[in-house]
Amino acid sequence: MEQELRELYQEVILDHNKSPRNFRAIEHPTNFAEGYNPLCGDNINIFLIVNDEGIIEDISFQGSGCAISKASASLMTSILKGKTIEEAENVFEKFHELVTDKLGDNPNIDDLGKLAVFAGVREFPARVKCASLAWHTMINALHNKKEKAVTE
Amino acid sequence: MDIKVDAAVNINNRTYDVEKIRSDFPILKTKVHGKQLVYLDNAATTQKPLYVIDKTNNYYNKYNANIHRGVHALSQEATEEFESARIIVKNFINALGKNEIIFTRGTTESINLVASSYGRKNIKEGDEIIISTMEHHSNIVPWQMLCAEKKAKLKVIPINDQGEIIFEEYEKLISEKTKFVSVVYASNSLGTVNPVRKIINLAHSYNIPVMLDAAQAVNHIKIDVQELDCDFLAFSGHKLYGPTGIGILYGKVNYLDGMPPYQGGGDMISKVTFEETTYNELPHKFEAGTPDIAGAIGLGAAIEYVQNIGLENIAHYENQLLNYATNAVSDLQGLRIIGTAKEKISVLSFHLENVHPHDVGTFLDFEGIAIRTGHHCTQPLMKRFNIPATSRASFGLYNTKEEVDVLVRGLTKILEVFG
Ligand SMILES: Cc1ncc(COP(=O)(O)O)c(C=O)c1O
Repeated sequence: MEQELRELYQEVILDHNKSPRNFRAIEHPTNFAEGYNPLCGDNINIFLIVNDEGIIEDISFQGSGCAISKASASLMTSILKGKTIEEAENVFEKFHELVTDKLGDNPNIDDLGKLAVFAGVREFPARVKCASLAWHTMINALHNKKEKAVTE
Repeated sequence: MDIKVDAAVNINNRTYDVEKIRSDFPILKTKVHGKQLVYLDNAATTQKPLYVIDKTNNYYNKYNANIHRGVHALSQEATEEFESARIIVKNFINALGKNEIIFTRGTTESINLVASSYGRKNIKEGDEIIISTMEHHSNIVPWQMLCAEKKAKLKVIPINDQGEIIFEEYEKLISEKTKFVSVVYASNSLGTVNPVRKIINLAHSYNIPVMLDAAQAVNHIKIDVQELDCDFLAFSGHKLYGPTGIGILYGKVNYLDGMPPYQGGGDMISKVTFEETTYNELPHKFEAGTPDIAGAIGLGAAIEYVQNIGLENIAHYENQLLNYATNAVSDLQGLRIIGTAKEKISVLSFHLENVHPHDVGTFLDFEGIAIRTGHHCTQPLMKRFNIPATSRASFGLYNTKEEVDVLVRGLTKILEVFG
């Protein structure tokens, strides 16, 4: 495989694509949103249970998408469980900077932990939307916005 | 099965020399990610031969001027070339007269013109318009907008699992209430060639006019509008090896005559006062403003190019390629072809189990292969097949058996990575 391709489709991404974590519905979510990518027709549902202290007790997703979007949703749900709303928003911002190249050539990816595998997405502008759809939808769900998240 | 695709075959006593044809298209030498470009996205847009590029450049280099309004030499030459392109189009589809050939921006604008002008004048509350499940959004949305405005109803002909129109369902849908039928001649997502002759005959027995979206048909099928007896027909230059931004609306003169203009402005008038305007005669009534002059000349050139090779020869060759490709991908594990109609143009849509079309597209891009992935502007059709998107390889007159082999090798690699 070519170097750039290998960086995009890292083992972790292929693994999460094949066996996505938290890939289920939550029956009585406190927060929920639907996301939609008009470019490819992909859609994603994000379910959350946020407790009174503002901590994400449970988070899950369902939907259809490419390897990048599925792995991104899967990793996102694994990382955000147990985090506060504020922490979740912070991770979202860092992640967004990572995939849109705002962190520059030498991103401080240490704080991003496993999410660093998405650094390769920067080289594929057409695929940034795939990586960020789950995240935008999660933010909408946290704010309990009724409208669909659309990655445009 | 061994399917033969000869690089230089003799069809109808003419040699189809694909290597020679390839040399007419400068872009085919391009390298992508260090690999030889394999362009299999012809249903989205086709590449342009040097002949078309030169003719277009020639207009800008040698006789650029506005048309229909100058007495000077350049304007006359530009007008002549523009109008002779119209005659080339007229002869290409065998229209009765050149006043039935209207230059538009493309298929989309042609359909919008008919929906706006004919539709607004003739469609009333409670009327019904029939389209099919496999329409491109450009043959859905204009009719939906019209129906919403007029409180009319859009009726959709269902299709079977092979991606063919179920004719009996069409027979059931059509009635005294039906006031217009607009269907795609050949589907961009499935490749299906529809039985348009039968569709038109049935509509005409109710005196209903029929429009054909021929965007994908013109470069594969010889079209004779008089023999088909369609009332309107639309296509785009850019899918016929011509420029973008130019297209054609064909309409029978008795329909066009009765229709109000689509846009107002220069060229479409014969006399303007502040009290009233008399409209110009056909086809100029529907061509307000300065058109894409270079585009029209380029489209004329593209038709000449295609006619020189011969549409029947092209169709014959592309059919061989499609059969070869269909057969080759059938061996791949988990690959399902979407669109298996008996009669098809050279479009191969497929779905790989467990691999999303976007991932397929990105991987193939690194092999230099350009295919289309997504819903192909046919979302209702994707829903019919219960998939969000497909991967689509579509073949043009310059593609080769070797390029199909490169595609199959690329797909095999993908299955290894995702398997
Ligand atoms: C069947 C069909 N109809 C209509 C169109 C719209 O053509 P254009 O975008 O050139 O107006 C296309 C192009 O994708 C098509 O394939």
